[in-house]
Amino acid sequence: MRLWIAFMLAMVLLAARGHAAELATEIKALDTSNFAQKENAIAAIASTGDARVAAVMTALNDGTLLIRKSDRLIVIAEGKGTIRIENAATGEALGQAAEADLDKIAINNKIRRQSKVILGNLTLFSEDPAVRLKAADDIFRSRDLSALQPLKDALANEQDPRVKPALEQALAALTMMSDAPEAERLAAILAVKARGGQDAMSLLASAAQGSDAVARAAAEALAALEQTRSLWESMQNAVYGLSLGSVLLLAAIGLAITFGVMGIINMAHGEMVMIGAYVTFVVQDVIRSSAPSLFDYSLFIAIPLAFLLTALIGVAIERSIIRFLYGRPLETLLATWGLSLILQQGIRTIFGPTNREVGTPSWMSGSITLGEITLTANRLAIVVFAALIFAALLLLLRHTRFGLEMRAVTQNRQMASAMGIHTARVDALTFGLGSGIAGIAGVALSQIDNVSPNLGQSYIIDSFMVVVFGGVGNLWGTLVAAMTLGIANKFLEPFAGAVLGKILVLVFIILFIQKRPRGLFALKGRAVEA
Amino acid sequence: MNRREFAKLGRALLVATALTPMALTASPAFAEETIKVGILHSLSGTMAISETTLKDVMLMLIDQQNKKGGLLGKKLEAVVVDPASNWPLFAEKARDLLAKDKVAAVFGCWTSVSRKSVLPVFEELNGLLFYPVQYEGEESSKNVFYTGAAPNQQAIPAVNYLMSEEGGAVKRWVLAGTDYVYPRTTNKILEAYLKAKGVAPEDIMINYTPFGHSDWQTIVADIKKFGSTGKKTAVVSTINGDANVPFYKELGNQGVKAEDIPVVAFSVGEEEVDTPINAEFIKTWKTYIKNKKRVTNDPMEAHFIGFNMWVEAVKKAGTTDADAVGDAIIGVSVPNLSGGTSTMMPNHHITKPVLIGEIQADGQFQTVWQTSGTVAGDEWSDYLEDSKDLISDWRKPLSCGNFNVVTGKCGGQGS
Repeated sequence: MRLWIAFMLAMVLLAARGHAAELATEIKALDTSNFAQKENAIAAIASTGDARVAAVMTALNDGTLLIRKSDRLIVIAEGKGTIRIENAATGEALGQAAEADLDKIAINNKIRRQSKVILGNLTLFSEDPAVRLKAADDIFRSRDLSALQPLKDALANEQDPRVKPALEQALAALTMMSDAPEAERLAAILAVKARGGQDAMSLLASAAQGSDAVARAAAEALAALEQTRSLWESMQNAVYGLSLGSVLLLAAIGLAITFGVMGIINMAHGEMVMIGAYVTFVVQDVIRSSAPSLFDYSLFIAIPLAFLLTALIGVAIERSIIRFLYGRPLETLLATWGLSLILQQGIRTIFGPTNREVGTPSWMSGSITLGEITLTANRLAIVVFAALIFAALLLLLRHTRFGLEMRAVTQNRQMASAMGIHTARVDALTFGLGSGIAGIAGVALSQIDNVSPNLGQSYIIDSFMVVVFGGVGNLWGTLVAAMTLGIANKFLEPFAGAVLGKILVLVFIILFIQKRPRGLFALKGRAVEA
Repeated sequence: MNRREFAKLGRALLVATALTPMALTASPAFAEETIKVGILHSLSGTMAISETTLKDVMLMLIDQQNKKGGLLGKKLEAVVVDPASNWPLFAEKARDLLAKDKVAAVFGCWTSVSRKSVLPVFEELNGLLFYPVQYEGEESSKNVFYTGAAPNQQAIPAVNYLMSEEGGAVKRWVLAGTDYVYPRTTNKILEAYLKAKGVAPEDIMINYTPFGHSDWQTIVADIKKFGSTGKKTAVVSTINGDANVPFYKELGNQGVKAEDIPVVAFSVGEEEVDTPINAEFIKTWKTYIKNKKRVTNDPMEAHFIGFNMWVEAVKKAGTTDADAVGDAIIGVSVPNLSGGTSTMMPNHHITKPVLIGEIQADGQFQTVWQTSGTVAGDEWSDYLEDSKDLISDWRKPLSCGNFNVVTGKCGGQGS
């Protein structure tokens, strides 16, 4: 009897030792360029049940599972530059290695999926509730029936009130797809419906095929969810429309001053936007080389600099070219257009014809999810930024001495001059203000568009469209026009596509201008005749 | 006074614009007789981002050939012109190159629109054009040599890979492209191909965007929605030019991962294939351009192959005469950068291996699939009703770019 126990113990010990040896041998099979062999190797690794399997799979997925060239040992690497490596099978630290001494283990989408499933089943039992939550969500999406048993085990042990419903939903998803009794599957459909969202809908859609009671229930649940979704979709269009609208507003608001208030057909407006974007690039370049820790604040540094530089350029343009051309719109158009070409070529000569990469600060990366709508952080920041600029400009025009003088000069130059306003100075400053605002817009647009010498050209037409549509000389008109066009564009896009959508908007504006030549908010009074 | 000053400014403007092309065409003048080679790539405008590099690579290849002693005992001389991403200007500049500069061959064009624009000029003046970019097919001209990939060397294998188990067994397809001839024709071929493979029409979503599109919110949201029906979905992107940057940014920001919805693209990317000949080419390139960061790409390789083929053909023919070189070049084989050789086929397309890579964080590629041998470029797609019976063979006596094998006549469709 005692001998028997001793024998059993020995077996268990051997088996335990056998595990480590097994993983160490199985993992060697990963050293192949044949993907089919790799798949077999991964299945074998998973079947060892070794505690290191999760670490190996994670590393494989992250591309940190490497082969040491000297002895073809499979290692897990950590860190960039100086790479620390450890034996993948045992976890034993092996010191440092150079990148050149290590070979990568290439994986393809199939292997990625395979290792994800293995990981998903393992991470269900992780210590970290967040990891368990993610594992449950992954299973809900993957509908991998092999996860059914681990899921039931995990659910039995689960204490966390946040993870438990997720596990239950995942279980419902699998039950729905399985060949469980009809009553169970019907209950599962209700659970999946309660979860809602895109994933639930796709699950229900695949269950709705057929004509039995389960399929009918799934189809009903799907129809109910479909209704919520179309509501979400309209909301999504509206939100995206606001986002596009604020981009248009940003691009156009400087022009609303130079063209709208001063009446100068300023074809070089787009180039001011472009210069603002290049200021951002230069600021980031300097920060990268001298103070990388400031990178997240680079835009805040770029905004005043872009404003100052473009405002100065604007004043210089007004003083040297435009002031000689007041009242001659055609010549102004030609001169500013020529100027825009010169500025473009100048930037091209200094920075080269290729696009410059402007980085996104970490706080502007990623996205925010509101129900079914995903809005990226950089676009959200632009909505806020456009609103701030608009408010600031409105305050400046309404409540400052400069704003008052500006309105006076544009409404009646002679009278303003007779009242002692230095009109030439006001002209220069107004044009500088418009250009400066365009420069700030460039900082924001560098986050969503390519920074190239052609950046301005792609916004000039849109800007004129917004200002003309909104009514020349009215900031509120510009705001309403930008938002209207943005939202109209986004509601048209899903039906008509991006190209046709834009054409439809243009046709609409042409018709609208026929009917109301002065735009949405026409100025009234003597200014109109002037 | 004002008017005069403005007139002065106007004149200054004219001078400035007139100076730019002159500065660009300045090239080393040789006292002795030279063989002129035209380089027709945009150095300004939207396509400059892609094409400038090709001008540099051509200058490097010509420079190397001159160091080897030139060709037929003469030095090669590059004639660089700037068509400024302006399609009609391409035709004018091509006419200048052929009629005024009397170049022996032209290496140039990127977009299919520009190629279509210069095509009549090359046919009229009997010039030779080496076109280095992957394109939509459906064309075969006596005067053009297509050294980039035809759809069967690029789009079709990519789709096949994604359909396979290794590629992820994709069932639903988003065909997204820029709105012009290359993406439209490629997507037409792909759509026909996918349908022939049994993909239902509701599993194919086609979307076109203008050049330089920057607001991708709706389209990415649509792709996400399209891809969440439980069937594996992939995006086949023929988006061209710098619109790609905001597209990939939006995909990343909206959290679309390559495992969920992979994107396969032909118009974007720098590739590095680990072969000694490629390493050698990259080393020469980086030394020549004096910039370690400039990466190599597919059209560069096409120019490398095309230029070497032309050199071989000229040697074989003993002259730079267009007809003689055109006859001699068919069958010429030169090394490509993937470690094999490429041959000019009778249809003026070349053989090349097909490699599919996954892009890595450092911008380089990891090959996940490749053909065992090379694939010959097929100009007339087998999947389109109009062109499946057509073949092209420029060898005498057939000498036809669109021979209909059913009717037995030359001149089925296209040019």
